Amino acid sequence: MNVHTKNDSAISPVPALKVQVWRGDRDGEFQTFEVPARANQTVLDVVTEIQRTQDSTLSYRFACRVGMCGSCAMVVNERPRWTCRTRVDQLESGPLKLEPLRNLPIVKDLAVDMEPFFNKWRDAHGYFEPGENPPQDFALVEPSSSERQAVDEGIECINCGICYSACDVVSWNEEYLGPAALNRAWTLVNDVRDRGQNDRLTAVTGDAGCHSCHSHMSCTEFCPKHLTPTYSIAGLKRATSNRFWRRR
Amino acid sequence: MSPVLYLAQRGTAFILAFAVTVHLITIIFAVHGGLTAGDILARTHGNRAFLAFYLVFVFAAAIHAPIGLRSVLREWARWRGRSLDVALILFSLCLVALGVRAALAVYGA
Repeated sequence: MNVHTKNDSAISPVPALKVQVWRGDRDGEFQTFEVPARANQTVLDVVTEIQRTQDSTLSYRFACRVGMCGSCAMVVNERPRWTCRTRVDQLESGPLKLEPLRNLPIVKDLAVDMEPFFNKWRDAHGYFEPGENPPQDFALVEPSSSERQAVDEGIECINCGICYSACDVVSWNEEYLGPAALNRAWTLVNDVRDRGQNDRLTAVTGDAGCHSCHSHMSCTEFCPKHLTPTYSIAGLKRATSNRFWRRR
Repeated sequence: MSPVLYLAQRGTAFILAFAVTVHLITIIFAVHGGLTAGDILARTHGNRAFLAFYLVFVFAAAIHAPIGLRSVLREWARWRGRSLDVALILFSLCLVALGVRAALAVYGA
């Protein structure tokens, strides 16, 4: 099947790409569109084209378009991905199937409410704690130190929510903090300047915390930044266990 | 899951990995050797090493299994709260009672 572009209709028909898009909220359904298949088009390009040329009521979220902001994540062909850096020709052939991220409330169409995701960052103490008396001078952190290297391995998270969408434990236990929040907590556990470690380790312990992770590694499999939240969570398990032994 | 339950589950998993292996090898070896139940019991009666091994096995299983079952019930049956913990403590005691009874029977007490 071919479709015609606006600029050269009837002169140079281009192949059509069939796209199934989730419409509505949790009780919604798929709506099928067709857009021109273009060279190097990304999934985000496809969604934008639908929204601009066929249905302006289609809701979705994006900002930077270059893989920095983490706002355009969706479930594409059953897998969570960052749509701005996912080219259609990289995917398997056949119709494109687009859904909102899983494990988060659907606002409308492809836009989800990220509030539970970010609330869990707060609950996991995913913020820097300078302590009562912050040091007067700059802290010296050797780039080669083991703590700094552990931080480097997890620090590039862009908060896209892909790991949270892919996590089975979140789908079974809505209280579970999730891979991103726990990964963030692990980077702070390794921040030698931070003075809130005890409270943070308490926050990531319990039925909502790191010990509930089953190490399925879906977060690590799907992370577009190639981070390894599973290893960060394993680090938290060690840190909380070590604290338990030290208290004995 | 608290660090106590986590460490208890991992620690008992370590014991069970060893105990289950020894148990399986022993029963396969005994059956292939043509021993009857009576022959086996004649060898285990009064053997304190057998008793100690199976008591460790029983207590490790009675700690390990309820912790794993707790996660399964929380996640799949959405059973939460104190009632779940009480039920699993009872389940653990049940495993201890049945296991110790069997170990003592093998020992011949």
